[in-house]
Amino acid sequence: MSPGMSHRVIIGVFDDEAMLLEATREFRAKGLKIIDVFTPYAVHKLDSAMGLRPSRLPWICFFGGCAGGALILWFEFWATMVDWPLNIGGKPWNSLPAFVPAMFEVTVLCAGLATVFAFLVLARLRPGKRPRTWFPGVTDDRFVLVLEESDARFDLARVRSLFQSFGAVSIEERIEEA
Amino acid sequence: MADFVLTTRAPLIAGNKTPADVTRDICHSLEGRPTPLWWGSFLFAASLLLLGTLAVSYEIATGIGTWGVNRTVGWAVGITSFVFWIGIGHAGTLISAILFLLRQRWRTSVNRSAEAMTIFAVICAGIFPVIHLGRPWMAYWLFPYPNTRGSLWVNFRSPLVWDAFAISTYFTISLVFWLLGLIPDLATVRDRLRGGFRQRLASVMSLGWNGSFRTWHRYESVYLMLAGLATPLVLSVHTIVSWDFATGVIPGWHATIFPPYFVAGAIFSGVAMVLTLVIVARKTMHLEDYITLRHIDVMCKLLLLTSGIVGIAYVTEFFNALYSTNPYEEFAFLNRAFGPLGWAYAIMVSCNVLIPQLLWFRKVRRTLWIVFPISILINVGMWFERFVIIVTSLQRDFLPSSWAGYRPTPIELSMLLGSFGLFFTLFLLFCRLLPVVAMAEVKGVLHVGREPRGPDPERVMVGSSAQGRGMDAAGIREGGPE
Repeated sequence: MSPGMSHRVIIGVFDDEAMLLEATREFRAKGLKIIDVFTPYAVHKLDSAMGLRPSRLPWICFFGGCAGGALILWFEFWATMVDWPLNIGGKPWNSLPAFVPAMFEVTVLCAGLATVFAFLVLARLRPGKRPRTWFPGVTDDRFVLVLEESDARFDLARVRSLFQSFGAVSIEERIEEA
Repeated sequence: MADFVLTTRAPLIAGNKTPADVTRDICHSLEGRPTPLWWGSFLFAASLLLLGTLAVSYEIATGIGTWGVNRTVGWAVGITSFVFWIGIGHAGTLISAILFLLRQRWRTSVNRSAEAMTIFAVICAGIFPVIHLGRPWMAYWLFPYPNTRGSLWVNFRSPLVWDAFAISTYFTISLVFWLLGLIPDLATVRDRLRGGFRQRLASVMSLGWNGSFRTWHRYESVYLMLAGLATPLVLSVHTIVSWDFATGVIPGWHATIFPPYFVAGAIFSGVAMVLTLVIVARKTMHLEDYITLRHIDVMCKLLLLTSGIVGIAYVTEFFNALYSTNPYEEFAFLNRAFGPLGWAYAIMVSCNVLIPQLLWFRKVRRTLWIVFPISILINVGMWFERFVIIVTSLQRDFLPSSWAGYRPTPIELSMLLGSFGLFFTLFLLFCRLLPVVAMAEVKGVLHVGREPRGPDPERVMVGSSAQGRGMDAAGIREGGPE
């Protein structure tokens, strides 16, 4: 949707994860547009019900780790052999086995920090940000499914009755400023 | 087989809780005023911290001469306490990362407090080597940074440099992992509390979390990756700590067995510390339904396993020393057991190997007033293990003319007490400021052992035809000390 446009949404609230899961599968199968689902905990199998693709964050983790490990290994060789070669106990200039521990630690550090940083950027989370709450109680025990009324064929009465058949405890229609 | 079915189907969380109950129970301790017991413990811990601060300030102002260390015994209480505290931290990572990868769902009840314990223990650990530098204001020299002396870089072949990298990485990753795990729970606290310091803290630290499943989906992926990174990390940290010793030529230190021996010992002492803390926390904070006797039971089994590994390591060390036919090695171990610090060796063996054997009995594992003292004795034993390894190996080295004794000074002992003060002060503050149980994770395992859509544990028990196992079921559901 283009920014600035308002659109109508319908919000169904559940008090049980199993019903939410069923409802999500059903709505998606019927081709309705699910804006998002809000849950108090990571509901198992909801990602496939919503049709979410696997996250690409593992790539960031992998390349972050590779970059950190390569950088520190280069630095260890450069500092030990090139910039200021120091003979320490007659040990060889190329002390690769001794360079492994620091390399391992920096690899883990960079992989972890890169992943978390990328996650915060992608999920638009930052300290002190005001949350956009669609329905109160999501962080407690409510499961909320938000659908977009996408086109003229959207049959509100049918969606309502579908929500009811899955045991939604509350159904609400709202106009959202995008 | 029937036993196995029963164990997997019994509810992880007792009391037939709903997600709303979880929120209420865990947030309860953030809403009320602290109890007199909390104040008493806090003041006691803070006084120990004050004592430690005074001791350290005096030591920094005067010099390392205020310690009992000498030319022969250069490492003693300071380094012992460093290794001890790092080891304590390892159980937190075991519970948060390794048990996550192994899909041990009981971990959800204790992982938050165990991870907090890791952070605080690593803080305590990090202080000791820095004090031991003698000139702690130069501590940044441990890291390579461009400087006006050349630049003169650190020696990357030195285990002490590896240690600086390992500990700082471990602290950073553990902290990030912990803060990440806190985000959804802090959002709960933010939405539940009405104003106040805790609510403002939770608002800032929950980063605008709104429970969106698109975010949850990514979050799960990040959590899995951090667990995957923390697992080899935690093994590497104590491995590198053990290399501080094993790369030396001192008999008693120079052994290939050290890395697995140290890692097992670390997890052993850490799990004991987790038990000490949760036994107190479940009672004082009324978390009996969340941290059930079953949780205590499985952690006792972990203790038993790691105690066995540590015991085998003690025997292997002796065997290797005798089998080597190296007189210095042989002497180092005979001196360890029968020399002037033989009493410390006796404490170590009895607390770490003999007393934990009681945990073979199910009755013992589920009796809190026995488990609690055992968990404390294990930590006493594990502190002495590091003391024995460090001091007895140095005390009588190759040349009898340089043999020396060692006796800790009150300054050193105050520092040790001070580290306990720091640890418990931080832990008590944590109990008052942040949710002590990972609510979002516990809510996800509430269904374990319950029938779908009919949450009634009675039916599960009757249905599994476990007449003779009634005690098990009662033990799980009662939760209180027997």
